[in-house]
Amino acid sequence: MKLRAIIDRGWILLGMQLFCCACAWGSPSTSMFQPRSTPAHELKDLSVFVLIICGLIFAGVSGLLVYAIVRFRARKGDTTEPPQVFGSMQIELSWTIIPILIIVVLFLTTSRVLFDVQDAPKPPTALDVIVVGHQFWWEFRYPQYNVVTANELHVPVSSKDAPRPTYMKLTSADVIHSFWVPQLAGKTDLLPNRVNEMWIDPQDPGVYLGQCAQFCGTEHAKMLLRVYVDTPEQFKQWIANQQRIQPELNLQAASAESSPNPGNAGIVQAAMNRTPSNSPPTRSNVAEVSGLEPQEISPRAGQYVFEHQACISCHTVAGTVATGRYGPDLTHLMTRETLASGAALNNQEQLLKWVGDPNQIKPGSLMPAMHLSDRQNQQITAYLMTLK
Amino acid sequence: MGTESLPNIPGIEAGIDRTPAEKRAGTYLERVHEWIVTVDHKKLGILYISYALVFLLVAGAEAIMIRIQLFFPHNDFVSPYTFNRLFTMHGTTMVFLVGMPILFGFGNYLVPLMIGARDMAFPRLNAFSFWISAFAGLLLYYSFIGGVGLSGTGSAPDVAWFAYAPLTEKAFSPGHTVDYWAVALVASGIGSIGTAINIIATVFCMRCKGMTLFRMPLLPWLYATTSFLVLVAVSPLTACQAMLLIDRYLGGHFFDTQAGGSAILWAHFFWIFGHPEVYVLVLPAFAFANEIIPVFSRKAIFGYPAMVAASVGIGFISLSVWAHHMFTIGMTSFGNAFFTLSTMLVSIPTGIKTFNWLATIWGGKIRFATPMLFSIAFLFQWVIAGLTGIMLSISPWNWQLHNSYFVVAHFHYVLVGAIVFMIFAAIYYWYPKVTGRMLDERLGKWHFWLMVVGFHMTFDVMHFPGLLGMPRQIYTYESDRGWTLLNQIVSLGGFIQGIAVLILVYNLVHSYFRGRDAGPDPWDAWTLEWSTSSPPPAYNFVVDPVVASRRPLWDLKHPEDPDSAFE
Repeated sequence: MKLRAIIDRGWILLGMQLFCCACAWGSPSTSMFQPRSTPAHELKDLSVFVLIICGLIFAGVSGLLVYAIVRFRARKGDTTEPPQVFGSMQIELSWTIIPILIIVVLFLTTSRVLFDVQDAPKPPTALDVIVVGHQFWWEFRYPQYNVVTANELHVPVSSKDAPRPTYMKLTSADVIHSFWVPQLAGKTDLLPNRVNEMWIDPQDPGVYLGQCAQFCGTEHAKMLLRVYVDTPEQFKQWIANQQRIQPELNLQAASAESSPNPGNAGIVQAAMNRTPSNSPPTRSNVAEVSGLEPQEISPRAGQYVFEHQACISCHTVAGTVATGRYGPDLTHLMTRETLASGAALNNQEQLLKWVGDPNQIKPGSLMPAMHLSDRQNQQITAYLMTLK
Repeated sequence: MGTESLPNIPGIEAGIDRTPAEKRAGTYLERVHEWIVTVDHKKLGILYISYALVFLLVAGAEAIMIRIQLFFPHNDFVSPYTFNRLFTMHGTTMVFLVGMPILFGFGNYLVPLMIGARDMAFPRLNAFSFWISAFAGLLLYYSFIGGVGLSGTGSAPDVAWFAYAPLTEKAFSPGHTVDYWAVALVASGIGSIGTAINIIATVFCMRCKGMTLFRMPLLPWLYATTSFLVLVAVSPLTACQAMLLIDRYLGGHFFDTQAGGSAILWAHFFWIFGHPEVYVLVLPAFAFANEIIPVFSRKAIFGYPAMVAASVGIGFISLSVWAHHMFTIGMTSFGNAFFTLSTMLVSIPTGIKTFNWLATIWGGKIRFATPMLFSIAFLFQWVIAGLTGIMLSISPWNWQLHNSYFVVAHFHYVLVGAIVFMIFAAIYYWYPKVTGRMLDERLGKWHFWLMVVGFHMTFDVMHFPGLLGMPRQIYTYESDRGWTLLNQIVSLGGFIQGIAVLILVYNLVHSYFRGRDAGPDPWDAWTLEWSTSSPPPAYNFVVDPVVASRRPLWDLKHPEDPDSAFE
């Protein structure tokens, strides 16, 4: 009795919880019961159907169980044994056949949705996106537009009249990841050495949140994911901007000011010209000594530092000498709202913190702390802030 | 043949060795030595169970730390490095160092007693299996201080309990974390296979006179099925650990995707082990329910042949469902459909079992002693766990639910709600047989109610963060997702369960010294283990029992209405 009452109360509380969660956090949401795209819609409808069937089964079986426990409890003082019943073929058959029928219904319903969603033919208007999973960030490539970006996926809205679904090919550069934005579709894994496919056709513009759903290492928890669904015009503008390359900020001029012929001689001279310092050489001032660095904090100086440190071995800024492929493409960094795969807001303060030591924001991130001087960090940040 | 169970020889009691334990035991060192070199199935059973209970506390403590970390978004109770080690060790420990050993422990103790044998078929293999499993546990936990341990967070495995390749390859897991994990699992696998062979041989070769397979209690039947599953399932696990070690140290490329290996291959290998493993753990839980529910309902089990068929059926079907762990990995739609159907089919035999338990209760006179309370809670929770299992088998919905907290809630419903609850029931039921003393009923009720409340707070609520998009194995989460309150309820429930388990531990120790004398048959039960003294002598039975029905003690107690008349 008591057990039942407690369980019942629990379920009511839980129902209220779910209701609150479904209502209070409207948008952006990560609830699979607020679908905004055909695959997610079909999955939700199927899940409601299954929930109802399972709910009915639960009500039936637990009802019988509660009845049996109450009705057949031992009465005080009764020490006799009840009649011994050993079984019945008919009853066994009935509770074998009825579940089989339920399973036939469930399986046929499931198969329809399964084949509908997984084998949907790709329309010619579809947008292609290649998604590459990395520890612990996302790379998005748009082969039709020659655009590469990271962590924030932009796709156009798709309507009944002008369908423009997005078909994604998913793969991984290192370990297994999983692409999951509950409001748009179920998840699909990203495996190294293999290409998986999935599609979405979001109907409402907005931001949709998700994250990596397959444990992929230390920072799996902060491998967050944002999908921006743009109106067709916004998307066109966004693509046009992403296709722009970044100018060299007169890099040669910056070094020419101190040395017209940058070579060994120049470096030695620059080192000699430096004001002698009493402090012992640390890693950061060793880095400074080794280069011909402009002292001012400006985007131009920042680009110089950026391109003369290890940054460019991993990062790309299209149009410049930075062509690394290991880290996120930074060409249009400032068009993104978040940093470090959603771990922080993308603003000057957070950028500076990130460039100084990524572990402060995302311990275990594969980007090492470069041990640059504070000024160099500020210079790089100033440069990055111009990458719009 | 005789129609009467158990020879009722006059004066048989005089044959029982009644020397008090203190006088038999000898010095402290002698006693320790005796436990270490023992090949007695009962002592090995107790060793298995105590070993598993120690690791239950360890893995429980890890779970509590996980729940403290997740109490607040962006909590920094532990670092991500530590957190990943905690949940990996929690999962690995609970499956390999708690679940398997405790179930094998009960099997060791009970199977020979229930079939009227004097020991297992291979007593020395039995001892070997236990000690190598114990070694595996020590090796796994040595990782906390071994390797580059003692600095930072040690070398404990941090690759999740299913250790998906290629995260486990040298390129992504340098150091020895994965090595500890792989070698410990190989060692524990050898122990499991040894015990499985032993149980199968015992069940098929050591039954007492008159005990045909169809007069055997259901518990040995289920243990035989489980053991067959262990033989089939643990071998691929051992094989893939060997392949992984070859990859890591001998330049193999089985799972090394950077050299053309396959990540999916590992997933297949692991889940060909991993899914039958669930049934390896749950069939013994069913076995306990099959013994406990009839005794406390005062009725014979309903539909014995159907129960046997369903158990063996589960064994077979469970070998064909493994890829339902891989619906999102990129199988073809036909592959997904096949594994949807095969997974749904498991619900037929499990449904039959559930309904048979219900029919056993129906028309009985239920006594609500602690073992029965746990069994009733098990029935409810098993129904829910089965239904969420159906939901997960719906492959399109699984694309949403997979690797979310919904899955975590589902499998904890199975592992805790069904298996751990039945283990607790079994402890309360057979403790009097093992020690000769009753566990305290009042503490038992406290344990039960705290456990039920804590369990439902934790694992009912845990489904909802999953539905709201919270993936598993994350060390922290964002505060704007609406998961915070739910996680706090889950954590509080976890703490309550922790208190409940501590009450059990206290009860176990307290009752060992102060418990009421149990006598040979405290529950008025019907199977052979209750016909000998508590604790049973080393030779189990003074005279080899002879049985004529499934319930030999019922025949003895009710000569006017013996089962043997109907079989």
